[in-house]
Amino acid sequence: MSSLIRVRRAASADLPQVIAIDARATGLAKPEYWAGILRRYGRGARCRFLVAEADGRLLGYIVGEVRDWEFGSPPCGWVFGIGVPAQARETGVATRLLEAITAAFRRQGVATVRTLIARDNRLVLSFFRSQGMTAAPVIPLEKDIG
Amino acid sequence: MRLQKNTLLAIHSVLEFAAQPARQLSVAEIAASLKASPHHLAKVLRALGRAGLVESMRGARGGYRLVANAKRVTLMDVIGVFEDIGADAPRGRRARRPAERALEQVLAEIDQTARATFGSVTLDTMLKLTARHGRG
Repeated sequence: MSSLIRVRRAASADLPQVIAIDARATGLAKPEYWAGILRRYGRGARCRFLVAEADGRLLGYIVGEVRDWEFGSPPCGWVFGIGVPAQARETGVATRLLEAITAAFRRQGVATVRTLIARDNRLVLSFFRSQGMTAAPVIPLEKDIG
Repeated sequence: MRLQKNTLLAIHSVLEFAAQPARQLSVAEIAASLKASPHHLAKVLRALGRAGLVESMRGARGGYRLVANAKRVTLMDVIGVFEDIGADAPRGRRARRPAERALEQVLAEIDQTARATFGSVTLDTMLKLTARHGRG
């Protein structure tokens, strides 16, 4: 399967399928959010909104960007989102997407890729772990300000 | 972070099984490899069997093998058979002073991070990490 997978930049025609993949995973359809993601990350050397497809079917997406001095960190690539529908998992789709965005980040001169995952999201956490990612030297903090 | 002896034996055993999925490994074989007491290891493997992670096959060529999916089973699944990371303090010993309660909150944060870390590392990922350390 993985040899048939093609990774390319997302286009507006992909949004309904991206929204559907995200909605199945999160239980919430966010058309305006994804339209904004396409506007902000769909083009530009440092931004990537990529989709994977095979046989004309969209199998997943990944979004990320190279950011300079974010949280005091030297420039590095950040992955903000990744999604693969349940029926396409364990076929190498997410691996191909991560490889593609990592290669794009590397071409921008960065040597580190980071992401932020909810502690209870074992599926996505274990995927990134399986790709060799380990705990970053940062600790996310939050405070209830409601 | 320290894990109990039984937990460590269990983790090393399931990694042996995951590394050789086509083979059934005897208690004696694994005990020799881990330099552990066969009697002690047998108890650990029985606990893993009751948890549905491994199964034993009888007979001359019998032994244990992993029945769970190495790409899905995490370190937390194995650890949870033997110990409860972040278990509440025993009854009667609950923190009462504000400083004790504050310290409990900090310790709970550490436990949550530990559980999430163990819960995100699959046996398959551990085998990859092991191979990387072997090359280093």
